[in-house]
Amino acid sequence: MRHTISVLVENKFGVLSRIAGLFSGRGFNIESLSVAPTLDSSTSRMTIVTRGDDDIVEQITKQLNKLIDVIKVVDFTRDEEFVEREIVLVKLNAEPSNRAEILRMTEIFRGKVVDVSARTYTIEVTGTEGKVGAFIEMVKPLGVIEIARSGKIAMSRGKKSLG
Amino acid sequence: MKEEAKELTGAQIFVESLLKLKVDLIFGYPGGVVLPLYDELFKYQKPRHILVRHEQGAVHMADGYARSTGRVGVALVTSGPGATNTVTGIATAYMDSIPIVVFTGQVPTHMIGNDAFQEADIVGITRPCVKHSYLVRDTKDLAQTIAEAFYIAASGKQGPVLVDLPKDVLVNQAKFTFPESVELRSYKPNVSAHVKQIERLADALEESKRPVLYVGGGMISANAADELKKLSHHTHAPVTETLMGLGSFPTADPLQLGMLGMHGTYRANMAVSHCDLLVALGARFDDRVTGKIDEFAPHAKKAHVDIDPTSISKNVKVDIPVVSDLKDALKKLNTEIAKRKADWRHKHEDWLAQIAEWKAANKMRYQPKKNIIKPQFVVEEIDRITGGDAIFTTEVGQNQMWAAQFLKLNRPRTFLTSGGLGTMGYGFPAAIGAQAAFPDKIVIDIAGDASIQMNIQELGTAMQYRLPVIVVILNNGFLGMVRQWQQLFHGRRYAYSCTEFQPDFVKLAESYGALGLRVEKPEEVGPSLERAIAARKPTLIDCVVDREENVYPMVPAGAPITKMLLA
Repeated sequence: MRHTISVLVENKFGVLSRIAGLFSGRGFNIESLSVAPTLDSSTSRMTIVTRGDDDIVEQITKQLNKLIDVIKVVDFTRDEEFVEREIVLVKLNAEPSNRAEILRMTEIFRGKVVDVSARTYTIEVTGTEGKVGAFIEMVKPLGVIEIARSGKIAMSRGKKSLG
Repeated sequence: MKEEAKELTGAQIFVESLLKLKVDLIFGYPGGVVLPLYDELFKYQKPRHILVRHEQGAVHMADGYARSTGRVGVALVTSGPGATNTVTGIATAYMDSIPIVVFTGQVPTHMIGNDAFQEADIVGITRPCVKHSYLVRDTKDLAQTIAEAFYIAASGKQGPVLVDLPKDVLVNQAKFTFPESVELRSYKPNVSAHVKQIERLADALEESKRPVLYVGGGMISANAADELKKLSHHTHAPVTETLMGLGSFPTADPLQLGMLGMHGTYRANMAVSHCDLLVALGARFDDRVTGKIDEFAPHAKKAHVDIDPTSISKNVKVDIPVVSDLKDALKKLNTEIAKRKADWRHKHEDWLAQIAEWKAANKMRYQPKKNIIKPQFVVEEIDRITGGDAIFTTEVGQNQMWAAQFLKLNRPRTFLTSGGLGTMGYGFPAAIGAQAAFPDKIVIDIAGDASIQMNIQELGTAMQYRLPVIVVILNNGFLGMVRQWQQLFHGRRYAYSCTEFQPDFVKLAESYGALGLRVEKPEEVGPSLERAIAARKPTLIDCVVDREENVYPMVPAGAPITKMLLA
């Protein structure tokens, strides 16, 4: 099963490689990982999407907690109601014949055109992983040049917070 | 009035910090970038520095010091190759949760990443085998970092910490203040046992008709042997130990089952396989212990006390988990047990009778031969002559297993062996580390002819510092355990496991000025050991043993532990 895990870490030298190394060294997989500083610049927040049965995911959260620089770990999928978002940038071939269709799709998915050139449109879409994935599927036939996905970020609903 | 903090160089801060931490010994090897530091060690003349012959040796010595004393061991090496040579030592300490701090030199911060001379990304190289590591980037962080490194190494589940020291950090100055205590928001080693879980464990012990206490290296790290004895003696629960747990519980105790697992005793493996309650105490259900995991302790409810939450339910599902310092948990458990009114003495008489039957059916044994030295006999002689009052180290392989099977240990921290990583070449430097900590004790490395050659250069260290370690080589001219597996599982095809060339160990020892003895007959074993002990100088005893002797019992890898080859 897929799990979305948030990790609050000390914003220190090498912390990302400790986390990445833990996953590769113990044979856990990472589907996506996003990381950036929090309001407190001494900490960073990571959102990791991983896959495994319950025992494996339990090991993953325990092993993360064991790292000295990890302050807190929350397995949203197991423990909490949460909201999630992902952002994607999609660069498309914009031929006279498909420009209208690209814009229609962008509108349906409540996306934005963020860059235009003579031959290309770059579209931004934000939403759940599912929505982002669906948008990419819909525009694929129109001629995708490249995509950049942010990976999922997540936050618990209501008052609870990570740190 | 509070003294104004003085400006010191990083090198001075390093030495001052170690003195604050009461470090008395450093095992090290100087080189380019750490010369400023060595200069200060020279000026201060403390802590005492032991010059090794290879950096791997320095780390094993620090490890042997840590295992024998319970204190943090310290190694100091230069950058590049000095640092990379420590990796096996660090990994050895990591697998066995041994508290050491390894200081490595590093090129100046502005040169890091430029492939400078003797540059290695040692923090990166060692990341998977350290408890934690630091690259110090500023002299003003140095004292705090050293304090944290020692705190992390020695607390919680202990382990190695690496501190990488760029040359400019050692040369630059900063105000020196040493933190009185260390507090880390991201690291709170959970130390106290939950009362409810302890009650559940006591309930389980009270209900059990066939309990076994399964004890690992955590018992030694936690210094909880007294509490274990109390628990076992009060509840009449028998004890089995892992290789790492040996010494936790006296070998001669009537409730002792001996080591379990691949080369464990018949009664220990039978008891674990038939018990109704298995209480794991600072052990981690390692594959060399469990054999086929699905058939390990199949009838038992399982409890597990461990300071490391990741150890619990990692390999085996546990019914009663207790995350705690073992000493704290056992103290609480003993208090709880004392309140219970069970008839502990008679409650599992049948179980103990069954165990006695297993013991009688299959004792640890070997077939003595008249003119050939059996390796097990050598271990028995070592045991007889020292009366167990010594610190023993081992190399890895058959020598290690025979030592584990035939030594009678009375106290923790007297049997030092590389359990998890299985590092050949560990025993001799570890013995030197232990001897440096306990100059007056008898320290004996039980070695094989192959593994001793992996760090034999440390004879120089032993001689220089007059550390009278005795190395007993069980010389069979093979990589013995490899040969045993090839015999049993690879159709006797001895692929490259025969060391057809050997040095003359006696002359080798003598070339260092050490005592070298060669022993070819059983009756010479005892006298040679007595001579070595009396000599009080580094000694190599080359014991020519039965070449194709095997370690039994043996559970083939992956088989259930009841399927023992007994001879």
